[in-house]
Amino acid sequence: MPPEMILPNKQDFAADQPDTEGAAAAAPLQPVPFRGGGFVARPRRIIAPLLFIVLIALWEIGSRTGVISPISLPAPSEAAGALADLVTTGMLWKHLSASLFRLSAGWTLGTLLGVTLGLAIGLSSTVRAGLAPLVAALFPIPKIALLPLFIVWFGIGEGSKVATILFGTFFPTVIATYAGVDNVDRNLIRMGQSFGLSWRSIVRKIIVPGALPSILSGFRISASIAIILLVAAEMIGAEFGIGAYILMAGALYAIDQLIAGVALLSVLGLTVAWLIGRTEKWLLAWRA
Amino acid sequence: MQLIARSITHAYDTVEVLSDVSLTIGDAEIVCVVGPSGCGKSTLLRLLGGLERATSGSVLISGSPPADSLNPLTYIFQDFALLPWRTVAGNVSLVLEDHAMAAGRRAAIIADVLARTKLAEFAAAYPRQLSGGMKQRVAIARALAVNPAVMLMDEPLSALDSQTRELLMDDLVDLWTDVRFSACYITHNLAEAVRLGHRIVVMSRRPGRIRDVVEIDIPIAERAGRGKELSEIQDRLWNLMREEARAADREITDAA
Repeated sequence: MPPEMILPNKQDFAADQPDTEGAAAAAPLQPVPFRGGGFVARPRRIIAPLLFIVLIALWEIGSRTGVISPISLPAPSEAAGALADLVTTGMLWKHLSASLFRLSAGWTLGTLLGVTLGLAIGLSSTVRAGLAPLVAALFPIPKIALLPLFIVWFGIGEGSKVATILFGTFFPTVIATYAGVDNVDRNLIRMGQSFGLSWRSIVRKIIVPGALPSILSGFRISASIAIILLVAAEMIGAEFGIGAYILMAGALYAIDQLIAGVALLSVLGLTVAWLIGRTEKWLLAWRA
Repeated sequence: MQLIARSITHAYDTVEVLSDVSLTIGDAEIVCVVGPSGCGKSTLLRLLGGLERATSGSVLISGSPPADSLNPLTYIFQDFALLPWRTVAGNVSLVLEDHAMAAGRRAAIIADVLARTKLAEFAAAYPRQLSGGMKQRVAIARALAVNPAVMLMDEPLSALDSQTRELLMDDLVDLWTDVRFSACYITHNLAEAVRLGHRIVVMSRRPGRIRDVVEIDIPIAERAGRGKELSEIQDRLWNLMREEARAADREITDAA
């Protein structure tokens, strides 16, 4: 380093102020290197569909050239053919409507009961003391394991299938709801009390909206659980439904149909996630 | 209406935070309470408004509040306590919705208090869109909407930067000149205390006791131009507090 960079010249001391222009003239100018880039998520809309198309295309090419044996994995065009068959025979709607009914009935009931009990646990110390440990004990039980029991209780028909989804969505919703109530800013509640708001008003206008973000992220989890349980429940004693279709395809070793069924489930999951995303945007617009 | 605290002592578990505090807030009087951090100022305020129960002693009201007062003891919080999911007008509306009144009357009250706090054009904004000073103005508008007899202000300007604080202090002075509210004003900022207080109550560190009460005769509206006298009073207050503040600073805290 040249000495004039360390020691300012005498005139600078005399002026009692750094002479920036003089210093700049003395040394060559260099830009400060930029090192702040990266680590920020930016939307790249084209990449996901592009990757998807490339993967499918590679798969199709692999199947046609014989790199992928048709026994281990059928070509995507064959799976699409199976899907087209479903549409032309009219079976698609039959399977889909049966599944959608079970899914919406089970999820709606489970969610309604879950939010209700979650609010009760969040608002009442007595209910919390009694039921929170019970919920914690029952939550980790795989509901699929209870399916035979549900068949005995609710019958082999729709009852046991809806009940499986109901119980599967109930527990995560309870936990998300009362965690949400616990996380409501205590100062807001105190503010409500200090203005003499009624208990009902505090619950309706402060606690429920404050817990809503947590409740809605609970919905995301419970919806995925509902789809997983839907397929499991439809594998026992169901004539129609996406799960029954997949099970049948597996039993017949019709892998093209199996893949078509799995693709349907994936689309169903994406649709539900999109719907919940829209709901969040609408109900939590204040967060922005 | 007067708000009277009669020999209040308060303890959390075994930690005594207030010891034998007696205080009267008279009509149209602003009483500032200053003291080192952790001296129980905020606890005192919560006791005064009935948000907590004192271990011993009592908080009393003498006389009856004005007939049109919807919430005689009304708080203004340091962190504003605005509902983020409601607009400015919605936040003011919140505290009126539990009182039976015609929708037109409610709208008129909201419009009036927003105009008085210079917020009329922000009625549809959400709290996240507002600066700290504007948020506290909303909280003040909300308090005015219920026509309080006594305002209980818990460090209302402490979360604001010093320029905004000056502006809001001027606004509070104008508001007091206009409405003549009475208030218990908690602060650790002595400049605020000498600008706004008729009386300044100096508290000791924990357990909080009243160390001294300083009266300021200068009318509140004239204080802006009499900085020299005010800074003398401020120095006197600081001399009263200095040792306490130093000792409080070196304390190990285990209670809120």
